[in-house]
Amino acid sequence: MTARTLIAAASALALFAGPALGADGSLKIGMITTLSGPGAGLGIDIRDGFQLALQHLGGSLGGLKTEVVEADDQQKPDVAVGLTNRMVERDRVDLVTGVVWSNLALAMMPTLANAKTFFISPNAGPSQLAGAQCNPYFFNVAWQNDTIHEAVGQHVQERGFKKVYLMAPNYPAGKDALAGFRRYYKGGVAGEVYTQVGQLDYAAELAQIKAAQPDAVYVFYPGGMGINFIKQFDQAGLKGNVPLFGPGFSFDQDILAAVGDAALGVRNSAQWSPDMDSAANKRFVADFKAKHNRLPSMYASQGYDAALLIDAAIKATGGKLDDKDALRAAFKTAKFDSVRGEGFRFNNNHYPIQNVYLREVVKGADGTVTNKTVGTAFTNHADAFAKDCAMK
Amino acid sequence: MTRPRFALLVMLAVGLLLPVVAAWMGEPFYVRLGTRILVFALAAVSLDLILGYGGMVSFGHAAFVGVGAYVVGVLFVHASEYTPILGLTATQNALIVWPLAAAVAALAAVPIGLISLRTTGVPFIMITLAFAQMLFYLMTGLKAYGGDDGVALWNRNELPDSPALADNTVFYYVTLGILVAVLVAAHRMVRSRFGRVLRGAKDNERRMRALGFPVTRYKLAAFVIAAAIAGLAGALLANATLFVGPQYLHWSRSGDLIVMVVLGGMGTLAGPVVGAAALLLLEEFVPELMNLAKPGLGEHWKIVLGPVLLLLVLYARRGLWGWIAGSRR
Amino acid sequence: MDTLLIAEQALNGLQFGVMLFLMAAGLTLVFGIMDLINLAHGSFYMVGAYLTAAFVGVFDHFLLALLAAVALTALVGLAVEWTALRSFYRRDHLDQVLATFGLILFFNELARIIWGPVPIFLNPPAALAGTVNLFGLQYPAIRLAILGVGVAVALLLWLLIARTRVGMLIRAGATNREMVMALGVDVRLLFSLVFALGAGLAGLAGAMAGPVLAVQVGMGEQILILTFVVIVIGGIGSVRGALAGALLVGMVDTLGRATLPALFRLFLDPAAANGAGGAAASMAIYVLMALVLAIRPRGLFPAG
Repeated sequence: MTARTLIAAASALALFAGPALGADGSLKIGMITTLSGPGAGLGIDIRDGFQLALQHLGGSLGGLKTEVVEADDQQKPDVAVGLTNRMVERDRVDLVTGVVWSNLALAMMPTLANAKTFFISPNAGPSQLAGAQCNPYFFNVAWQNDTIHEAVGQHVQERGFKKVYLMAPNYPAGKDALAGFRRYYKGGVAGEVYTQVGQLDYAAELAQIKAAQPDAVYVFYPGGMGINFIKQFDQAGLKGNVPLFGPGFSFDQDILAAVGDAALGVRNSAQWSPDMDSAANKRFVADFKAKHNRLPSMYASQGYDAALLIDAAIKATGGKLDDKDALRAAFKTAKFDSVRGEGFRFNNNHYPIQNVYLREVVKGADGTVTNKTVGTAFTNHADAFAKDCAMK
Repeated sequence: MTRPRFALLVMLAVGLLLPVVAAWMGEPFYVRLGTRILVFALAAVSLDLILGYGGMVSFGHAAFVGVGAYVVGVLFVHASEYTPILGLTATQNALIVWPLAAAVAALAAVPIGLISLRTTGVPFIMITLAFAQMLFYLMTGLKAYGGDDGVALWNRNELPDSPALADNTVFYYVTLGILVAVLVAAHRMVRSRFGRVLRGAKDNERRMRALGFPVTRYKLAAFVIAAAIAGLAGALLANATLFVGPQYLHWSRSGDLIVMVVLGGMGTLAGPVVGAAALLLLEEFVPELMNLAKPGLGEHWKIVLGPVLLLLVLYARRGLWGWIAGSRR
Repeated sequence: MDTLLIAEQALNGLQFGVMLFLMAAGLTLVFGIMDLINLAHGSFYMVGAYLTAAFVGVFDHFLLALLAAVALTALVGLAVEWTALRSFYRRDHLDQVLATFGLILFFNELARIIWGPVPIFLNPPAALAGTVNLFGLQYPAIRLAILGVGVAVALLLWLLIARTRVGMLIRAGATNREMVMALGVDVRLLFSLVFALGAGLAGLAGAMAGPVLAVQVGMGEQILILTFVVIVIGGIGSVRGALAGALLVGMVDTLGRATLPALFRLFLDPAAANGAGGAAASMAIYVLMALVLAIRPRGLFPAG
């Protein structure tokens, strides 16, 4: 490095160091989420949902002028940890939110807990952080992964299916998914198959399904994997012959936009649906559509709710951010107008106790394929791990 | 003083002074960024030993970094659960864990090297990739160690009876010390008879064989040494990020390491260090600069990085170090 | 497994194989003739899929959209060859890897800016939406069509290479580049033609994959890695090797996924077998490649 480049580097450092702002009258939020790569759709929806709420609240959360620092975690855990350090030590954010993936949340948690910085997860809800590793600085405003699968498990059980074929990607969230389903589904299993993460072509597995002749199929395939599977399930002639079920992640707006009619009629579960009949939700869906020219996904609704939660909690503390215990208590009891309607509150492990709904994939009046609420699977449902959590 | 020597001194000074300047600015974050650069520099230097000096283009070098990191991760899991591993108590002593990481990576490199070195050229690139992919899927399937989720570490390895490594600045200087030591050792190695045979084989393998050198054995030795250093870098990476996961072994990480080596200047020892610093600084600051120009633009920063890479390869043929150091001796 | 299931899995393996062949043929030709490693080959696959989806929106006719997309992808290939890659023919392989890696980043981000981060929608034409009855086997029509087109293209390619003057030059170029240059052939034109042909074939693969797979950013890299596996197994530069490698990889991958989990269940408890079988199936083709290269370092059908 020559002297000239050294000076340039030093001035670049100084430029980015910036003044260390005090917390007086302002709020700085770190938005670490996936903005590039195959998982970007989910992260962008969370970000856009969060920003829409911020806009609805006039740019302030809890009466504090709010600045959101965005960063792309590239869906890599170590990058997420690096960004977390940067957010905490350099940008001096008051809160961190935005994370999509469970493994990234798990990787970031030690850093945030050591720095005593609250982590409001708008999506990632791993069982570890719900149970024995629950943490006073972690709140999940969306769901614990398993609860969504449990809802479908119960529905399939009630419908009287006896021979269900189960499929998921070969990673812990996939195994948790099928475990959650089987917590409530007690019938027979025609096959349990774990496929490679990121697999594109399911021809071989679909042929095995056909040969096994199950009376229903349950799959957990988020993102691009879901699109591939649903299209190929339809093309293999299985749709219409064998009922397909899945969690909301496998049949949400991000996937439906790409598979179209192939998913029609599938029952799935989520804590929210775009057709939910509340003033808050109608405003959210209409404004999101107007602003981004697409229907919001459940991820967008969770980003929106995360902002509402932060707003309500900080309002309750009167804008004070330094008293961590008071802020934690405020998060825990925060009342906000969630787009998922009534019935949301935090359990002792800082995960939601809430209703989980059954949805069906339908074609809307304007021809878009979307979800419609068809029933309630669980009322005031808590996850199965809260009992292992030592927090009161 | 010659220009390369002056540049090296400046680099060393920057390395030594960074924590001081960061503390003075009240920005401890840059110590972490610096640590990350040093760790990747170490990994890139190890790749350059086989790539730049030995002409072996390994597209699976990140696998050895990952193996080293997993040694730390596996021991952490056993230590925190108080379960023995292979009948022994899991240790958190850095003086044992880090050399062990290097040793395990070296051990893994022996069979991989033996098979891979039967090939040259593009098949060699692909067979090293194949082995890395196998290890990647193996780690993804290790449910006891987090599988795809990996392992989040709650603390660093320790020195006996001392919590010093927990301090970021101490860890930075330890990493810097290791990098400098490895660079000095590598400098001696490439100038030794061993290094000359290796370089000779890169230029004309048949001639070296005709001269009676067991070239494949030399290349295997270099491959194993490089893997050991990469394993050590992996142990440091695990300690720097407090995370271990199969993502460290992904083929795109091997690609990143190649980019660092070529960007910095292959076949030199300072080059990979410069390349690692350049790539990580670009990754850190280009999105922010683009966001300054127009909020939201930063997420598209790779549309800039792509053509920049292409132009660098096209015009800075000897890499950044070649440009810094002037004409090659 | 009964015969019907075995037949279906064999068809699946073949179909995957011809898809890989379409990708591998272009990649191996470009390597054999221009000595260029083009990582951005997967980008042409992605471009083909996206353009088909876009043109379906314009023409509302799948076949027309596919043809237009393939032609345009070939033109994109030509443009890339002219502007970016021409300077790299005589460069080190490593430089080529890096430069074309840069191109991947560029194309991915460009696609994301134009079409957004969310995967987009592309359905098969109505005629191919259902299944076809093959002697009692219900097989997806679209996959059968892919298989048919793939075989037809392979035959055309063979005719082109074995029976035409251009083909003769291609063959000569793959074995002895310097000789072709010495013959006074317009090498630049030949290179451009071959590159566009390769890009067009990759675009065709992408266009046909679109209705079966998710059309999304990054789809090119996943198949690119497999394509490299194919051409290395087959022997770099050899179209015959690419065909053999593609079919081998397609079959091993499909049959591995179909049988390994069941095989592991014979001697492991179900939970462990499901995980281990899945992981083993993912590794199968890499093990295949390592085996082939360990025994035949230059692949099955080395060129020249």
